[in-house]
Amino acid sequence: MNPLNPMHAPTVLASLFAVNLLSDPVSVTHYLVVGAILFTAGIVCMTVKRNALGVLMGIELVLNGANVNFVAFSSQYLQGEQTASIGLDGQAIALFVILLAAAEAAVALAITLNFYNNHSTVDIDQADDLKG
Amino acid sequence: MIASMMLAAINWHSVLFLVFAGLACAFAVAVVVADNIVRMAFYLVLSLGSTAGLFFLAGAEFIGSMQLMIYVGGTLVLLVFGVMLTAQAPFISIKTSTNDRVLAGVVGAALLVVLLQAAFSVEAWRRPGVGEVANPSATPLGMALLGVRVDDPPAGTSPSLVRSGYLLPFEIVSVHLLVVLVGAAYLARAKRRRIPRGIETADVAASGGPR
Repeated sequence: MNPLNPMHAPTVLASLFAVNLLSDPVSVTHYLVVGAILFTAGIVCMTVKRNALGVLMGIELVLNGANVNFVAFSSQYLQGEQTASIGLDGQAIALFVILLAAAEAAVALAITLNFYNNHSTVDIDQADDLKG
Repeated sequence: MIASMMLAAINWHSVLFLVFAGLACAFAVAVVVADNIVRMAFYLVLSLGSTAGLFFLAGAEFIGSMQLMIYVGGTLVLLVFGVMLTAQAPFISIKTSTNDRVLAGVVGAALLVVLLQAAFSVEAWRRPGVGEVANPSATPLGMALLGVRVDDPPAGTSPSLVRSGYLLPFEIVSVHLLVVLVGAAYLARAKRRRIPRGIETADVAASGGPR
């Protein structure tokens, strides 16, 4: 049976979510699923929350989901025989993402505190001073 | 008998992965669902901490420990301070209208379907790992940040290929971090309240002399 055949996609999916989940080694796809869920949660958090700090938390979740993917692709532990990992590049990018997230959080927090001092609220629906 | 066979077949690395992945995803969803901003911050700490566990399981020990120290120990403490400084009673939980929630849920579900389809689309990614890993060491990453690559080149490329280190991005990021922190301190400093001259004298006159 050819696993690339799209007709077998449901059986592959089913076998992935059955008992094999406990006995099979972890593959890159496992990590990609976790990254996708974290990324989606972050996007929904960014769009739904009206508290400025809630939006900031959504951004952190999005960056974290991207980091999970980078680390999964860089890991030699998760790759099969023929596939080549991107090696150290993924880990270095993940490190830079963590540092830039720290910088972004510091600036966003300063802007939020400034907005709170001037407007006495953190509701981003009230931040419409620039509306024409 | 059967139980012991099933127990022997269990791959504990996969079990630990499932535990950490479940915790990370569940707390990420809890961040979205929760209305209380303080609880959201707490769930975010747990989600990012579980993700550090995932990094350890992927063989990226240095990234995992940096995640714990910088992200959970630094960035989120900063975020919690922001929550505490702005946590007036009306802003603890700001409700979102149900229409917006439904719309965001539909968009999020569509995005999730696309991402999952992409994750399952490549057959090579579904192949389980061989489980062989070199001795854990932070040396290759540390040397690469200094501009020298000591790690093995990826399979399939010529070994004589010159690969660049990360010295220039490292310098750019460090200067960027310095500039950003100076800017953040400037933005968030405590300002003296400036009152226009005319209002101030009128105010002093109305209250009957200087306070």
